[in-house]
Amino acid sequence: MTNAIPNRVLTRLLWLPLLLILSACHIDMYDQAKYKPNQPSDFFQDGRAMRAPVPNTVALGSFRPDSALATGKLNGELVTDLPPEITLNASLLAHGQIVFNAYCAPCHGLAGDGQGVIANRGPLVVPSYHTDRLRTMAVGYFFDVATNGINRMYGYGARITAEDRWAVVAYIRALQLSQNANVKALPPDDQTKVKAGQ
Amino acid sequence: MSAQIFSRTANAYLRVSLIAIPLLLGGIIAALIGLYLSPWYTEAGVAKAQPIAFSHAHHVSQLKIDCRYCHNTVERAATAGFPATETCMSCHSQVWTTSPLLQPVRDSYQNNTPIIWNRIYDLPAFVYFNHSIHVAKGVGCTTCHGQIQTMALTAKAQPLYMGWCLGCHRDPAQNIRPRDQIFNVDYDVQSLPLAERQQLVVDYKIPTDGRLTNCYTCHR
Ligand code: HEC
Ligand code: HEC
Ligand code: HEC
Ligand code: HEC
Ligand code: HEC
Ligand code: HEC
Repeated sequence: MTNAIPNRVLTRLLWLPLLLILSACHIDMYDQAKYKPNQPSDFFQDGRAMRAPVPNTVALGSFRPDSALATGKLNGELVTDLPPEITLNASLLAHGQIVFNAYCAPCHGLAGDGQGVIANRGPLVVPSYHTDRLRTMAVGYFFDVATNGINRMYGYGARITAEDRWAVVAYIRALQLSQNANVKALPPDDQTKVKAGQ
Repeated sequence: MSAQIFSRTANAYLRVSLIAIPLLLGGIIAALIGLYLSPWYTEAGVAKAQPIAFSHAHHVSQLKIDCRYCHNTVERAATAGFPATETCMSCHSQVWTTSPLLQPVRDSYQNNTPIIWNRIYDLPAFVYFNHSIHVAKGVGCTTCHGQIQTMALTAKAQPLYMGWCLGCHRDPAQNIRPRDQIFNVDYDVQSLPLAERQQLVVDYKIPTDGRLTNCYTCHR
């Protein structure tokens, strides 16, 4: 006999190729050994794959303490003008409206009167922008609040880019104007700017 | 006379198995395909439990909060991202401050530990996907993520199969909407006549020369 294994045994094992169906289930290329954003991690102690900056450091190029664009201040003083990098025109205001409606309107209301949905729901009292104090406030103040927050309001610097925050500030000025057509209450250069923008 | 090898019934066995074996194989394949497409495997339409009972129905359709408030990188980056605990706290440090449902949020904020949400949409690592291009070219959130404003717990709208991506990449005009309606969850894509949608495809300079269906668009 040349056949070591009898044919009968071979025949009985004919079902074995069916096992190949099961082999389609390996997932090593689906879940590769790399981190994607927002993944949990069991390597880092805090459980995050996305790393926070090391304490007391800033990313290269992100620390611009002397730039009005990034801080809303020049030499420690709040700026009264939009920084030179931002040009006031209709598209800036249109963009400002989109950002304002997404990020600020839930609390401050679509008209900036402090009557947003959240303010209406709970104990959160949100001030109106349409007060004499805020109408005459330097634009840098709004930028600073939007960036770093104030008292009970959290800062939005981490979520909204500096350019977008300036667009919001310009739009808030337009809102103030729309609710109080008394243009004379604004600083003169803002007056001409807001007029030109509308 | 030699012994009879096959019994009389052998013929019947043969005939039956000639039909039964292909039927069985076909059945197994059909069952596997059915399984592959079923919600049990794809998890489409099945709401997942989360560490916090966060409800889009509540925050999006009742409170009218824009997607960007929480998924703020969606216009700029590949990922839409999950909201930082601070984002929740910007409201919940003031409203519903004592709700037991929000205890994990407060713990996370105080102890600086992440909230680990159960991922709902998760592509295999060999697929490249980017939100910002879709949002910039007029594909709205609800086109891919379904009626999220009605979901108390988030569920997958569809299984994210390759055929689904390709279907739209072959004929984007079916699902394009004006850019200012991207975040509008109540917008109906079909409400704009096809001709105008085709015009949008031209206006947004979406390539229709087959570039979008090249394998290396998504597998790079
Ligand atoms: C979660 C609700 C909420 C959101 C969202 C919000 N704010 Fe506020 N904001 C407040 C509250 C509350 C105050 C009052 C803070 C205080 O003095 O206690 C405030 C105050 C302010 C003030 C100062 C007003 C004053 O009287 O000096 C400005 C300016 C302001 N917000 C701008 C913004 C801008 C710009 C955005 C969008 C980027 C925004 N806010 C988003 C709740 C919010
Ligand atoms: C108040 C914050 C908030 C707002 C506003 C919000 N989301 Fe979410 N979203 C979350 C949180 C938190 C999760 C994670 C928990 C979950 O999956 O339900 C999430 C999860 C998701 C997921 C599933 C992600 C995954 O794969 O696990 C999608 C898709 C999504 N959101 C889309 C949207 C869309 C579209 C909008 C706007 C219509 C929106 N979200 C508005 C907070 C928010
Ligand atoms: C813009 C403000 C805002 C943000 C941001 C926000 N919420 Fe809320 N949330 C609310 C309000 C207001 C309510 C109460 C709704 C009501 O009064 O009907 C609420 C209710 C809830 C409830 C139900 C509480 C209960 O006891 O029934 C949960 C859970 C919740 N939020 C989770 C979250 C999580 C998690 C996040 C962060 C991803 C988040 N929220 C972000 C405003 C917000
Ligand atoms: C072309 C289809 C498509 C559109 C349009 C789309 N998404 Fe997604 N979304 C996906 C896919 C696919 C994933 C899974 C990504 C992954 O696993 O890497 C995803 C994942 C997510 C996640 C989970 C976190 C992440 O970034 O991976 C969130 C949150 C989300 N989308 C929100 C949104 C929002 C908000 C919009 C509207 C501005 C939107 N998506 C538009 C297809 C889409
Ligand atoms: C509803 C329509 C639609 C769906 C669904 C869709 N896409 Fe797209 N996708 C587009 C459009 C429109 C563009 C923009 C093409 C352009 O203008 O370059 C695009 C572009 C892309 C690009 C960038 C192409 C480039 O030029 O680099 C990638 C990558 C991509 N899609 C991946 C995916 C993946 C992966 C999926 C499935 C998970 C998917 N898309 C589902 C419509 C869609
Ligand atoms: C529009 C984006 C897109 C394009 C273009 C694309 N794919 Fe895919 N591909 C996907 C997605 C998404 C998946 C993951 C499907 C899943 O999760 O089951 C995938 C999965 C696959 C898989 C693995 C299937 C599995 O279930 O294991 C193969 C193989 C593949 N693609 C080959 C190709 C080839 C070949 C081409 C070119 C003809 C191509 N793909 C073009 C999006 C794309």
